[in-house]
Amino acid sequence: MPEGKLCNRTPVNTQEDLETLLADKGGKQYYAEMLELDVDKAKLATSLKNTCKSRIRTWLEICAHCGLCADSCFLYLCNNRDPKQVPAYKIQSTLGEIVKRNGDVDNEFMRHAMEVSWSQCTCCNRCGQYCPYGIDMGVMFSYTRGLLYSQGFVPWELKIGSGMHRVFKAQMNVTDEDWTETCEWMAEEAQDEWPGLEIPIDKENADVMYTVNAREPKHYPEDISEAAVLFHVAGENWTVPSSGWEQTSLSLFAGDWEACKMQVEHVYSAIERLNPKCAVGTECGHAHRATVIEGPYWAGRTDGLPPKPYLHYTEWLAQALRTGKIKIDPAKKIKQLVTLQDSCNYIRNYGLKEITREILSYIVEPGYFVEMSPNKEHNYCCGGGGGFNGVGMFRPQRNRALMVKRDQILATGAKLVIAPCHNCWDAIRDLEEEFKIGIKWSFLKPLIIHMMIVPEHLKPQEEEE
Amino acid sequence: MYALITGPLLWLTFAVFFGGLAWRVYTYIKGLDWKLDRVAYATQREAGIRGALRSIAAWIVPFGSQGWRVKPIFTILFFCFHIGLVVVPIFLAGHAVIFKMRFGIGWPTIPMALADALTIIMIGAGVGILIRRVALPEVRIVTSLYDYLLLVITVAPFVTGFMAVHQIGADYEFWLLAHVLTGEIMLLAVPFTKLFHVVGFFLSRGQLGMDYGIKRGGLKGSPMAW
Repeated sequence: MPEGKLCNRTPVNTQEDLETLLADKGGKQYYAEMLELDVDKAKLATSLKNTCKSRIRTWLEICAHCGLCADSCFLYLCNNRDPKQVPAYKIQSTLGEIVKRNGDVDNEFMRHAMEVSWSQCTCCNRCGQYCPYGIDMGVMFSYTRGLLYSQGFVPWELKIGSGMHRVFKAQMNVTDEDWTETCEWMAEEAQDEWPGLEIPIDKENADVMYTVNAREPKHYPEDISEAAVLFHVAGENWTVPSSGWEQTSLSLFAGDWEACKMQVEHVYSAIERLNPKCAVGTECGHAHRATVIEGPYWAGRTDGLPPKPYLHYTEWLAQALRTGKIKIDPAKKIKQLVTLQDSCNYIRNYGLKEITREILSYIVEPGYFVEMSPNKEHNYCCGGGGGFNGVGMFRPQRNRALMVKRDQILATGAKLVIAPCHNCWDAIRDLEEEFKIGIKWSFLKPLIIHMMIVPEHLKPQEEEE
Repeated sequence: MYALITGPLLWLTFAVFFGGLAWRVYTYIKGLDWKLDRVAYATQREAGIRGALRSIAAWIVPFGSQGWRVKPIFTILFFCFHIGLVVVPIFLAGHAVIFKMRFGIGWPTIPMALADALTIIMIGAGVGILIRRVALPEVRIVTSLYDYLLLVITVAPFVTGFMAVHQIGADYEFWLLAHVLTGEIMLLAVPFTKLFHVVGFFLSRGQLGMDYGIKRGGLKGSPMAW
C-alpha cells in the first residue's frame, strides 16, 4: 500500500480530516497503516539535497566517535547506560544512515527512526554542550523529525497536533470564539474579588500583548485569570488579541515546518495589528521557543528577532517585582525547601537562567532555595520535553525518562518544585503520580498571587448594609 | 626514492593538504544557511563572532569547559595527544633545519628532549585512547574500523620519526623513509577524512557558538556557560 487513508504524507488541513483522525482511538488504524506506508525515496533525496547543508553534513561526518556525549544524555543515564542510547549512536544510526544512503531506506527503517526520534531524544540540546565539536544532536533530531513527518512517519498525536495548528491556528481545537469567551468569563468571575479587573481584547497600542498556551483556555482557564490579576495589580496597560493568541506549536514537535511558519506568522500578524510595545508569553517553554527563538526564522525575519520585543513570562514578572509594580509580603515568602526546574527551551536555549533566580530571590526566604544538580544551562530535561509527554505509544519510555528528574528533585530535599513551563509542570506532575515522592509543583503565577501585597484601592469595598 | 618522496611528492602533499583544507573551509561557510540553520549569521555578526570565539576558547583550553571538567582522564589524554601532535612536527629542530636549507627561513625550535618527551606522551595518549575505545561500551558502539585506521595513520609518523631519530633498530634509512611516507599519508588523509577537524573543529565549534551567541541567549546578554 503506497499511502494509508489516515497515515500518509499529506498534512491534515481540514476539520473533517482532523475529526476522522481523532476518531481513530489511540491511532489503532493509523499505526496499522503505517506498517504498509511506502517511503517516497525520490522525495526524501530531494529534501536532503535542499535542506541538509554543510552544518548537519559536517556534524555527521566529523563526529570523532569519542562517546563524550553519552553521559550528557539523560535518556542514556536512565536506561541503564544502554550504549544504544548514546546520542552519537542514535543520530548516526538514523539520520546518518538516511544521509549515507541518500534516502534509500525502507519502511522498517523509517519506523525505527521514528521511534528513536520521538522516544530517545527530547531535543533538549544538552549533548551539543558536551561535544568538543559542538555537535548538537537535538538540532539534528528535530531536523530528522521533519524528514520523517514529510514521509508520514510521525506519532498519531503529533499528526493531529500539527493538524490542529493548520485548521484552528491552535492546538486542542480551541477556536478564537472559545478563547474570547473564556477571557470574558474569566474576567467576569474575577471581578467579584478584583473590582475593575478587565481582560482587554484587541486593544491597540497597549504596553503588553499577552499570549498563551491553548491548553489554558481548554483545561486551565484559571491560569488566564491569574495572569489577568497580576497584570491588574501591576497596573499594566495590557491586552490579548482575539486571534493570534496561541503561542505554542505542536508542529515544532512534529517537524511540520510549514505549520510552524503559519502559526508564528499568525501571532506576528496580531502584533502588527495591535501594535503593542512588547509581547509577553505565558509560563511555557516550547511556546517561547516556537514564537521567540525559532519563530523569527520560520517567518523569514532576517534579524532573527520577533517584530516586537517578546518576553517570556518570567522576564515580565522579574521586571514587575524588581520595579515594585508587584510587591511581596515578606511574611508570606516561601519558608520551606523549594527547588526550581530550568526549562531547556528558555534556559539552555535562551539564557534566562538569572531571571528565574532573581524571581526566587524575591519570593523565597533566604536559605530555603535549593538548586538542583546540575542546574541552569546544564540542567536535565524534565523527561517530557519535545512532545514526549503527549505521545501515547511511547508512554512507558517517557515514564522511565522521568527518573532522572525524580532523583534530581529527591537530592535537593525540597518538597516544592517551581516549574514555570507547561511541559515541565506536566512531567513533574506525572512523576509524582508515577513514583509518589511526596512533592508539590507549581507555576509562578499562583505562588505570587498568594504572597503579593494587594494595594488598598484594588481591594473589594466592604458592602455596607 | 628519498629524492622523490622529499621532493615532488612532498610538494604534492602540501598542495593537497592546504588546498584541501581551504576547500573544506570554503564549502563549509558557503553551505551555511541562515534560514535552514536558523541563525542570523549576517545581520547579527558581532554577537555571532563573540559567541564563536567564546565557544572555541572554552574548548581549546584544557578544562576550559564543563565537558572537559567532567571527564578529566579523557581530557588529559586528549590534550597530551593533540599538543604533541601539533607542537612536535612544527617545532622539531630536524624539521626546522630542512626549512632553513630549502628556503633560508629560520624557524623557532624546541629542545630535543622536550620533543622526545612530547612524542612519547603523545604515543602513550594514543594508546590510552585506543584502550578507551575498546574498553568503554559507550565508545565501542560508535567505533568502526575507520576510527582505528585514522588513529594508526595519525600515530605512525610519530613512531617512525622517533625510531629514526634514535636509530633504534639498525636500519636508519628504513625508518626515515617510513617516517616521510607515513607523514605524507597523514597529511594527505587530513582533507579527505574526519581528520579535517584541523579546521573543522574551529568551524563547527564556532558555528554552535554563533548559534548560542545570536539566538540562544547571547543577544539577551546571557552568554553560555560552556
